[in-house]
Amino acid sequence: MKIHFNQNSLVIRLLFWVALLLIFFPSNSIAGYDYIDINNPYIKKIPIAVPLFKEMNGSMDERTKSREASVLLSDTLEFTGYFKMIDHGAFLEHPEEKGISETSINFKNWTVIGAELLITGGISMSGNNITLEMRLFDTFKAKRLIGKKYTGEVADLRMIIRKFCNDVMYQLTGSHGFFNSKIAFVSSGTGKKEIYICDFDGYNPRQITKSNSISLSPAWSTDGNWLAYTSYARGKPDLYIKNLKENKVSIVAKEGVNITPAWVPGKFELAATLSFSGDPEIYMLTGGGKVIKRVTRNWGIDVSPSFSPDGRKMAFVSKRSGNPQIYCQDLSSEQVKRLTFHGKNNTTPSWSPKGDKIVYSSMEKGLFNVYMIGADGGDPTQLTNDAGDNESPTWSPDGSLIAFCSTREGVSRIYVMTSYGTEQRRLFSMSGEQTNPKWSSNNMGN
Amino acid sequence: MQKKVLKGLSLLLMLSGLLLFVSCAQTDVQATPDVPKAQLAAETTASDADQDAAKRALEEEAIRKEQEAARNAFVSEDVYFDYDDASLTSSAQAVLQAKAGWLRNNPNAAILIEGHCDERGTTEYNLALGDRRANSAKTFLVDMGIPASSLKTVSYGEEMPVDPGKTEEAWAKNRRAHFTIE
Repeated sequence: MKIHFNQNSLVIRLLFWVALLLIFFPSNSIAGYDYIDINNPYIKKIPIAVPLFKEMNGSMDERTKSREASVLLSDTLEFTGYFKMIDHGAFLEHPEEKGISETSINFKNWTVIGAELLITGGISMSGNNITLEMRLFDTFKAKRLIGKKYTGEVADLRMIIRKFCNDVMYQLTGSHGFFNSKIAFVSSGTGKKEIYICDFDGYNPRQITKSNSISLSPAWSTDGNWLAYTSYARGKPDLYIKNLKENKVSIVAKEGVNITPAWVPGKFELAATLSFSGDPEIYMLTGGGKVIKRVTRNWGIDVSPSFSPDGRKMAFVSKRSGNPQIYCQDLSSEQVKRLTFHGKNNTTPSWSPKGDKIVYSSMEKGLFNVYMIGADGGDPTQLTNDAGDNESPTWSPDGSLIAFCSTREGVSRIYVMTSYGTEQRRLFSMSGEQTNPKWSSNNMGN
Repeated sequence: MQKKVLKGLSLLLMLSGLLLFVSCAQTDVQATPDVPKAQLAAETTASDADQDAAKRALEEEAIRKEQEAARNAFVSEDVYFDYDDASLTSSAQAVLQAKAGWLRNNPNAAILIEGHCDERGTTEYNLALGDRRANSAKTFLVDMGIPASSLKTVSYGEEMPVDPGKTEEAWAKNRRAHFTIE
């Protein structure tokens, strides 16, 4: 089991984690991907039942945490957009009383209410320690798909639930999901634009920059350790490359603008627009901020790079044809192809984690909407509609969701939707305006 | 016209100065009745000098005001741009020509040209567009003989609108190059 940690203390705490794979070994760990096809545009939501967790020792503490755990599990799974949560009122049996292992479950009681999947959980607490066991069942096949047991501190509950959800998603889709990912964004809550980070579901937002100026355009390195962004802390738009764990920052402060960073996937290199030559061009930089080479060579604006997952191609915005359009440049051959032809203002491309799509924002009739296009161009699909400005789309690391900012409710807030444009919902609400969301990879630890 | 007003003003000031002097002198005379005439004469001479100084001060004040007005015009008059465009319209060029005139008279001034955009377009693109606008203005001035070393630029993109409105009028005001004297 590979786990990434943020803090050393956490490492020690988590050493107590046990995944009792021998006891609860998933019976079909390899051929388990046919439950949810995330490439299918007509997704049928899978009905799933998540009853309350069983209190293994029956203490009051367990009762409180039992509810918290089952609600958290239910909410986390529902967030993906893949599941239809079955109402507890419809349940014919109650594993929290009867028992949570397959010997205690009558699967007919679940298939008859339409549940195709069932997750049972048990919780036991002693002092500050908590043990959770959770099982995922296919009710029609009367088969256990996953069984896991985790031990940690009470404060680790959310982390443990997310870890189990990662396993559930991997079992059902073959992809690890996004429960370890974070979203960086810009918020003006303090009266100045600063960079913030929250969990994938909007939980635990915290302020990263305190420059009391203007901070913009956050960009994650693949390992999640570095955040690049533009800040006016020194009075002009400079590029900051900040290590989030150590208090280390490199600053690119050349004459003109130093803006729109994007990391090369899997490398300690990034692209950014610099205008020290007198014209905004995209350059490749080391993670330390040194220029490696110039990438674009065209008079006029070149901004907003986004790399293909293999790092071989770069989508970007250029004004070379008279107005902002999205182009793609092969980094070795330097061949450039224009991708967008509809509309006069196509900006902020974001390349999908699978490499086949690019989402971007496009202005029609004075309003921005999110569109999707094939990585080779083609006809765009409109994902947002008739609801204010919708800008800055960014993919979840598994490619199933897209976060973006929208003024549909007045001030700009951050929303998510599926990659088919369905289930659009606000991520959270905080003071000020939130813009520029950037989704991290899924290896952020917790 | 301006000269006439100036003349009138200085005359008025001279008269009032004289009046003030006379009243002072009178008080002086009353307080010390046996002041010799020579002293009075000397004071009269001094008053001539005062009048000259006042006149000079007035002229300097007028020049200073004129310079301040020119400086204010230099700072307050923005260069405006068309939507998604950093090229200079003829009216933008006229404004810049006036600015070049001021810069020639003030060769020691260090100038910061701010490039701004309206809110339409994305934040990222507008940062670059603001940069192009500030540079358009700078290039024009350099072509008119203003040394590039005295002209710095900064792009604020769409971050600092003068008018937060969402109308065509507000947007037009926000698409600008703004000059500040450092």
